[in-house]
Amino acid sequence: MNSPTASKPAVPTSLNTKADEVVRLENVSVEYRVPGEPISSFKEYSIRFLQGNIRHHSFWALRDVSLTVTRGEVFGLIGQNGAGKSTLLKLIARVLRPSNGRVWVRGRVAPLLEVGAGFHPELTGRENIFLNGAMLGFTRHEMEMKFPRIVDFAELGEFIEAPMRTYSSGMWARLGFAVATDTQPEILIVDEVLSVGDEAFQRKCSKRLEAYREQGSAIILVSHNMTLVANMCRRTAWLAHGQLVGFGDTEDIIQQYRQSMGITNNLA
Amino acid sequence: MTESIQTQELIYDSSKRGIPAFEELREISNYRHLIFQLARRDILTRYRRSVLGVAWTMLNPLGMMLVLTVAFSQTFTSGTPHGYPGYVLCGLMAWNFFSQTTTAATVNLVWGGTLLHRIYMPRSSFALSAILTGLLNLSLSIIPLVIVLLATGAPIRPTILLLPGPMLLLACFSLGVGLLVSTVAVYFPDLVEMFQIALTGWMWVTPVVYPVSALPQQYSYWITHLNPMYYLINLYRALLYEGRLPVWGEVWPALIISVVVLVAGWFFFSKKADEFSYRL
Repeated sequence: MNSPTASKPAVPTSLNTKADEVVRLENVSVEYRVPGEPISSFKEYSIRFLQGNIRHHSFWALRDVSLTVTRGEVFGLIGQNGAGKSTLLKLIARVLRPSNGRVWVRGRVAPLLEVGAGFHPELTGRENIFLNGAMLGFTRHEMEMKFPRIVDFAELGEFIEAPMRTYSSGMWARLGFAVATDTQPEILIVDEVLSVGDEAFQRKCSKRLEAYREQGSAIILVSHNMTLVANMCRRTAWLAHGQLVGFGDTEDIIQQYRQSMGITNNLA
Repeated sequence: MTESIQTQELIYDSSKRGIPAFEELREISNYRHLIFQLARRDILTRYRRSVLGVAWTMLNPLGMMLVLTVAFSQTFTSGTPHGYPGYVLCGLMAWNFFSQTTTAATVNLVWGGTLLHRIYMPRSSFALSAILTGLLNLSLSIIPLVIVLLATGAPIRPTILLLPGPMLLLACFSLGVGLLVSTVAVYFPDLVEMFQIALTGWMWVTPVVYPVSALPQQYSYWITHLNPMYYLINLYRALLYEGRLPVWGEVWPALIISVVVLVAGWFFFSKKADEFSYRL
């Protein structure tokens, strides 16, 4: 998925990158320029432009964030809504470029955010598998090899030839998960608890993720559920108002987080 | 789950940014399968639920041709040596390609943008797949066109075999315009509607429905020579309708305009593409 830069060594030596790092953010900032008043039409813009009445103020979604994620770890990302978690994930998924600083990612990123967002309801499961695979950067030939495994994992059976508008939401999500995780990615982004299908299927998903982690994938878990983060993550980053408030051992961070929220008393 | 396909190591470094236009080209070549899949999606979803299927795309210009023939075939007898129906249908097919692909490129990017928030894909895939879909429709439209030409007694000459040339130029020009318009439309979604109005106006100042000879003398030079679409439709008609080889003076302006607009559109689009996620 990443651009193969012209003359790249396997690991850039200039970076002083440790061999295990898969994600490295160096002093990363993201600045959104927000118009003083919302201008969404060209007509309005032209009028205001002629009046000399266009003011922007900047909004820093992330400010000076530095962190690393290493292979084989489950990395927690916590913070309240609007703290910059999604922006940070977009940077890692390569969807957004930082305004300042540097984002360095090694390997393929599989974002499991709203899995199945790229599916088209009028197309059959089979057609959507190939479409979705192409969106993830796979060739038709690669998808042909992956196809039987994907159908098998998603437990779709004969439904694979039916238009996806006839699918239940569970089937839809199962297929999305199966396509996105068929090839082991170096980095997996998991938003909240995987709410894919029923409990049995969720266990199957967790098992696959755990297997990938053991084989070296890094999992970035975004959650508001502190118990889940505490159980799964070794290291955690805490974002507030776009800034990295805490980063390190999960237990410490969660404790700090809870103290700041004023909910220390009732929870261990 | 057993075998692993990936062998080469992928490294993304946001600080290493080359010339955006060239990086976009390389990305597109990596993601060429996506362009085919997107075009396939557009074609399948458009035709699957309609009884007439592919015929539908051809019926629209054919219907237009019928109406226009009833209205204008007596008016525009000079300047349409092989009958009015063939003349107008050639023009409509080429014009529809231009208006449909540029609109689709813009709409796909503006309304399909939510996907671009979730996973990385080269931003130009949408415009390219729109062109690919359009090229397929345009090629298919040659069939009813030839039937109409035969039925109205217009000569079919071997020059028809050179048609991929003007089709390619038309595709380049449309891609360039589509990229330029969609870049601006990311910032101002209402531009999509304004572009529709502009397209209608543009069509009426292009000799699509009427022959050049019907234009008032004092405007005819400006309408033809300053209008890129005139050159492109003219080439299309020369090979198909008039059955003649275009002279060099008709070819080079079309060639230069298409290439310049495509390069300009590509550079502008790729330069701005990084900002799209901040806007869409």
